[in-house]
Amino acid sequence: MEIPRHWRLKQQRYSLVGETCPHCEAKIFPPRDVCPTCGGEAKTQYTFSGKGEVFSYTTIYEAPSGYDETAPYTVALVKLEEGPIITAQLTDLGDQPVEIGMPVEMVTRKLRSENEDRGILIYGYKFRPVLSRAA
Amino acid sequence: MPENTLLKPVKPVGIVGYGAYVPRYRIPAKEIARIWTGGKDSVPIKEKAVPGLDEDVATMSIEAARNALLRAPVNPQEIRAVWVGSESHPYAVKPTSTIVAEAIGAAPNVQAGDWEFACKAGTEAMVAAIGLVGSGMAHYAMAIGMDTAQGRPGDALEYTAGAGGAAYLLGPAEESLAVINATFSYVTDTPDFWRRPEQKYPQHGLRFTGEPAYFKHITEAGKTLMEASGTTAKDYRYAVFHQPNTKFPQRVAGILGFTKEQIAPGLLVPVIGNTYAGAAVIGLTAILDIAEPGDRILMVSFGSGAGSDAFDILVTEAIKERQGRAPKTQDYIARRTEIDYGTYVRFRDKLAK
Amino acid sequence: MTDVIIAGIGQTPVGEHWEISLRSLAVKAMLAAINDAGGLRPQALFVGNMLAPAVSRQAHLGDLLADFAGLTGIEAVLVEASGASGAAALRQGYLAVASGAVDTALIVGVEKVTDYVGPEVDAALATASDSDFEAVQGVTPAALAALLMRRYMYEFDVPPDGLAGFALTAHENAAGNPHAMFQKAISLEAYQQAEMISEPLNMLDVAPNADGAAAVLLTRSDLLPRAYAQPQVKIAGSALASDTLALHDRSDLLAFDAVRISVEQALRRAGLTREQVDFFEYHDAFSIYAALSLEASGFAARGQGWKMAQDGSISRTGSLPCATLGGLKARGNPGGASGVYQAVEAAIQLRGQAGTAQVANAKVGLIQSLGGPAATAVTHVLQTV
Repeated sequence: MEIPRHWRLKQQRYSLVGETCPHCEAKIFPPRDVCPTCGGEAKTQYTFSGKGEVFSYTTIYEAPSGYDETAPYTVALVKLEEGPIITAQLTDLGDQPVEIGMPVEMVTRKLRSENEDRGILIYGYKFRPVLSRAA
Repeated sequence: MPENTLLKPVKPVGIVGYGAYVPRYRIPAKEIARIWTGGKDSVPIKEKAVPGLDEDVATMSIEAARNALLRAPVNPQEIRAVWVGSESHPYAVKPTSTIVAEAIGAAPNVQAGDWEFACKAGTEAMVAAIGLVGSGMAHYAMAIGMDTAQGRPGDALEYTAGAGGAAYLLGPAEESLAVINATFSYVTDTPDFWRRPEQKYPQHGLRFTGEPAYFKHITEAGKTLMEASGTTAKDYRYAVFHQPNTKFPQRVAGILGFTKEQIAPGLLVPVIGNTYAGAAVIGLTAILDIAEPGDRILMVSFGSGAGSDAFDILVTEAIKERQGRAPKTQDYIARRTEIDYGTYVRFRDKLAK
Repeated sequence: MTDVIIAGIGQTPVGEHWEISLRSLAVKAMLAAINDAGGLRPQALFVGNMLAPAVSRQAHLGDLLADFAGLTGIEAVLVEASGASGAAALRQGYLAVASGAVDTALIVGVEKVTDYVGPEVDAALATASDSDFEAVQGVTPAALAALLMRRYMYEFDVPPDGLAGFALTAHENAAGNPHAMFQKAISLEAYQQAEMISEPLNMLDVAPNADGAAAVLLTRSDLLPRAYAQPQVKIAGSALASDTLALHDRSDLLAFDAVRISVEQALRRAGLTREQVDFFEYHDAFSIYAALSLEASGFAARGQGWKMAQDGSISRTGSLPCATLGGLKARGNPGGASGVYQAVEAAIQLRGQAGTAQVANAKVGLIQSLGGPAATAVTHVLQTV
């Protein structure tokens, strides 16, 4: 069981809690306590807006073990509006084509279940096309 | 009628924020009929919402709760209860509400628990939240009704068992977009619908689910609430009832004196299906999306087993500014990808593996 | 300073060796290298491997392989840097011999992917990426390569079959390598019709993971046996550089900075320039890696690497022959062993023993092994003495 490894990351996974650098204001995800931009210590919590755009994407047909239940699925490099790029699945695509530059927003979804139907459910961020809203 | 018939908190309580959620996928009832009846029978709704492979009551509740918080930008640490009512919690043992509380930033100083009362688990959580806030114990409490309802392949319920629901942030009336004047509940031991442990699909009592169950409880709760409040159907701009299919809420509305126009905005079952614990409460979000200050709304839920919670709600001036802060219920309904029965079978994990 | 000489080389064919275990595979290559070096006994063993704990349920490979090769008592240790494990082990062996800490070092790269069958192998491969922020999203190494490839093709307006030349060249060259997995040329049509793995990455953009072991025995030139009969090949330069583990953390995803740094350092340490390089063994686990490596190594301008595969520059008779014995693509990708295969193959070229695959007048070979999408890059310069 991999419970501890996932459990301690719940804030990052559920709600994109990262860090902001008190020296250069860079926004950091995943949190790493050392600012990758200026090298200073950066431990101030920062919750990302979850808005971003597709930087690159692909579809996985042959999934690694633990992910076959939802294959095929689309993964993307998502450029967050605060700067960092993160790797995440795209979801709720329906029949919508994906393009580089497509605006997306973060949702919290099931990433996988451990040990098929008996283990814990692992939740985390994914991104979907921005929900269109009537004027 | 005794003076304390209505449930009223010591301090006035209202809805500070609300949020809906409906998944993207739809299966038309005709597509289900194609499989089981050759498409001959008339169908109870147009189509129902189906959750994607990575969705469950936890993920759907998180999105609805986030929408509620978009409309009520409060510090999530001030939310002192996160209660999720559902009959499709992802775990049999282990709360959905802790996942939701964590995701919206309400943990750790928070009451968290999952409520079960068939289709009225969500409104039961709302009444409890009113009590918690109205007593002064908590400033805010989040109550959610959400389901990914199960229907046995080929069963009548398969046409309607949908997915969706809503979240309500209850708080002081003076901060609210709608004040809850009072509630009233009517509960008896009536086994019209149930699911035993370890069973994947519920059983229902066929025609017994109608008169002695749905109609009796909703009528009693709604009638008593209005009598004790000194109101009639004419005093309400809108009404919303639990909606297992299209006909039942239309009929019960008629019995209580409501017109088609009064229930139309909240009658979502034809396009998203019966969302069980989410059904009445997501009807209410659709109404709140279009409501005007001063509108009065009656909501009556129904949960099998059986009981109804009736709510007398008065919309305040604050509504106009908050309606547009989060996606509206109709935005989710408009986001629609039709699927066939084969895809539905995969999405709902109905294949033996 | 005396030169560090590749005194002995050994390799097994790359493929699915169902009947041969991890240890047997490694020992075959080790003994072949010792034999090739005229029986020089190694004083230290450096093992390169990435998957044994996950796939063969076997850790502690340094000791296991010293034991089964009959070398009990010597210093023996595992070096791990994902796909660059073998090259990283080579660098450790080089440093040990160059420093005088030991007189002889044996380096073996071994990978055994067929001890496990099924999607667990993909999950094991994915552990080389950031487990918490990449692999958890169901991302595989092939998917990461596809993400790079999509972005590369988008930014530089590359046609759909623009990268075909990498696979075509590799397969053509492998026809002359008896140890290669695919000893047959392929056509452009085959590339164009290849099944998609993860768009735009198709099956022929991917080097197949397979079993294999390769070994080299290093010593200093003054310690070679009197009867040593092989043409001498030295390690003239060695460098290892690191980048962010996760692809998404790079400030420039298409830059492969670790490649650039390791090439600059290795050439400087060798006292050579890019123009003096006669052939280049890049890490073509995916064709996009080859294109980006050519650019980061300074052989092509940014966004132009793919054109070297299209215009014949990387063929055996081109300006910079690459993957001369098939590369990872056609020789096969034996994971953590591939860096040592590159050393063996470059030594064969520099000795003039490559037969029909021989690069004419080869004096300087650059070999480069990557861990992940160049999270680790190891570059060595091999040169005739």
